[in-house]
Amino acid sequence: MENHFEHLYEVLSKVDGYIYPNEIELHWSILIVLYPYITGLVAGAFILASLERVFNVKVLKPTYHLSLIAALAFLLTATLPLIFHLTQPQRFFEIMITPNPTSAMAIFGFVYMWYLMVVLLLEIWFDYRKDFVLWARESKGIKKWIYTILTLGVTDISPKALKWDEKIGYFVTVIGIPSAFLLHGYVGFIFGSIKANPWWSSVMMPVIFLFSAMVSGIALVLFLYMIVSFIRKIPSDMKCLDTIGQYLFYILILDFTLEALDQIHRFYEAEESFATLQMLMSGKLYITLFIIQILIGTVIPLIALGLFQFYKPAEKIRRITYFIISIVVLVGIFFMRWNVVIGGQLFSKSFYGFTNFKLILAGQEGLFVSLMLLALPFAIFAFLLWLLPPWKKHDIIEVSDD
Amino acid sequence: MIPPQITRLSIVFAIIIGVFLVLRLILTPVSFGEKGHYRALALIDNMDHEMHYMGNESCQNCHELETEMHASDLHSDLPCEGCHGPAYLHNSKPDSFHLVKPEGRQFCAKCHEQNAARPGDLINQKIIAEHNPEYQCIECHNPHKPWE
Amino acid sequence: MGVKKTKTDRREFLEKLAIIAGGVIAVSIVKPFGSILFAAVKRPETGPWYGMGINISKCIGCGNCVKACKSENDIPNEPFFFRTWVEQYTIKNDETVVVESPNGGMDGFSQSVPDEEIFRSFFVPKLCNQCAHSPCVQVCPVGATFESPEGVVLVDSKYCLGCRYCIQACPYGTRFINPVTNVVDKCTLCYHRIMNGQSTACALVCPTGARIFGDINDEEGELHAFLKENITHVLKAHLNTGSKVYYKDLSPNVH
Repeated sequence: MENHFEHLYEVLSKVDGYIYPNEIELHWSILIVLYPYITGLVAGAFILASLERVFNVKVLKPTYHLSLIAALAFLLTATLPLIFHLTQPQRFFEIMITPNPTSAMAIFGFVYMWYLMVVLLLEIWFDYRKDFVLWARESKGIKKWIYTILTLGVTDISPKALKWDEKIGYFVTVIGIPSAFLLHGYVGFIFGSIKANPWWSSVMMPVIFLFSAMVSGIALVLFLYMIVSFIRKIPSDMKCLDTIGQYLFYILILDFTLEALDQIHRFYEAEESFATLQMLMSGKLYITLFIIQILIGTVIPLIALGLFQFYKPAEKIRRITYFIISIVVLVGIFFMRWNVVIGGQLFSKSFYGFTNFKLILAGQEGLFVSLMLLALPFAIFAFLLWLLPPWKKHDIIEVSDD
Repeated sequence: MIPPQITRLSIVFAIIIGVFLVLRLILTPVSFGEKGHYRALALIDNMDHEMHYMGNESCQNCHELETEMHASDLHSDLPCEGCHGPAYLHNSKPDSFHLVKPEGRQFCAKCHEQNAARPGDLINQKIIAEHNPEYQCIECHNPHKPWE
Repeated sequence: MGVKKTKTDRREFLEKLAIIAGGVIAVSIVKPFGSILFAAVKRPETGPWYGMGINISKCIGCGNCVKACKSENDIPNEPFFFRTWVEQYTIKNDETVVVESPNGGMDGFSQSVPDEEIFRSFFVPKLCNQCAHSPCVQVCPVGATFESPEGVVLVDSKYCLGCRYCIQACPYGTRFINPVTNVVDKCTLCYHRIMNGQSTACALVCPTGARIFGDINDEEGELHAFLKENITHVLKAHLNTGSKVYYKDLSPNVH
């Protein structure tokens, strides 16, 4: 508690203007930045996978399973930042037991479970069911056990049964797309519905969150695909990269337009909070908003990707550029979440002053925990790739016992 | 004809939902939802806190002289505990717990220091640094009867 | 009974009139103009409906209420945790506004702006507004904060997760994490006192009667009279929180 007070006294000494005394403690810290960031990556990666399946975009085939597995890896981590930031983490189950129907956050538990159990796990299960059965036969030791459990005891891989898998998998993908929209639009609603906070309160918030989620998810798949190809020492498919780059370009334009629209609207209406928000943007958020989010995370990738639509330089250059773009876009979207979550708490609801955010290193809400939580999905991703390697899947045509 | 994997999945889902419903039944706290979407017992929990401020009446039985003085002058509207602090411990053990007798010029200044935000007609204001700085306030003013 | 009947008769008559007039009047009948004043929509027919009146012109900024609140409710003394606090507003001649609340006003105030620069200055006590459509209650994911049948917004400290969504949703900054209980804390309108027929600690120790605690439903009561005799406003009325803390002489500079 002493450390906590010391931290608060230090923040108090850096307050500008007047803020309510209870506002000195900034309540939603870096963990709540991570939460929409990770959830957005899930939704975005899933939507990219669904595009391939539902709209039959063949050229994206190499990334289909990677996207699904990445979505699962990140989804499994998505609740952790939320639970870690609770002051009473051992009570987290209450959100499922007595969810308050009027609370946006309460419904998250169910949206999350729906998305995890009914969409993602089912889609992956139907997609890998045949392989589970075959892998269970081929493997030895612990792997054999895992695959056998994963088959849930169903070993029927007759063409008829596989046809069912395909059909239901397709159906799940179709309901998965609105579910992914719901999942992340909904995370935007958690912020957009807070009327007390003019920086958050906007009907555009869910839409902006959704599109930025797609941007970040596409960038993540681009990044992971190139990394995985590099580790497997196989060249990544250039056509696939170009197509992902093209999608990223379009969605990035949409995302940028929507965010600009939101800000223009705010500027034009110029409500009572306007002066404060203007000071916030030109002051404490200047670097993370204008330099990192807009310039590095949006404008530069847009210029590079836009250029590639007209003029295609050598493959090697394109490859390197795509790799760099995927990273800067991922960083840009992280800071977009940062600007929303932290930015929305830097000004006082009295509109008379600003507080400061000082990132602590150790502790429950510190930088180390956050880095760990950010690294965790990559570890899970690697584990899932080991367990469910897409490149070892048995092609449907190979099996024709019947 | 339902394919076997569907049957199996349905069973798994039924089990998960069943477990959830049982857990929900077990974990929902007593009295939840009786009056609204909350634990009705939390009302009792919120009431279950000892009162610290006891009111002027609780002082008047013993401190007759002060009560009389206090009632006769401008400070008559002031609550005893406003200056002396919460009385609950003193009331239960008058001999071992004593209330504060605030001293010093700064204590009076909390109300009487000249301040543009203070309604002038409501309270006598002085620039404390200039108003007889060599004396303590209580040397001239009895706090229970300031114009004595 | 008779009075009530006339009321409904008159209401019906007005409603008919409104239909004839073309609906414009109907709006004001459907949603009575008193909604902001009384947070009327959910006001119970019987039983108490607690709130507080604050007479800004009577507040002398002594800080007694802040001190009493901390003491009565065992709130840590550090300057980051306040169930109630007092703000000093000073509007200068150049129309800038200086707002101060050193240690929540607990140790009193000293004017930092020289007299000749002051246009107007005043104190504003703040506390939980006990909203009838509380944004905090709306967002609590588990039902750990709620409006009591008497209209007091309470926290269930045995059930609160500490997700702090309610802190974000409160427009008035009245909620905080209590470092001792490690859950959300806020003004309970001294629920343990008022349910035993006492006044709140802050109203009790106020030397000038600037805080008027009372039952809005009690037509003989002090608060009812205060609301009837004075023009009062609530903070951030545009957010439609159904606030039940009514300020007399509230300046529009106060957020």
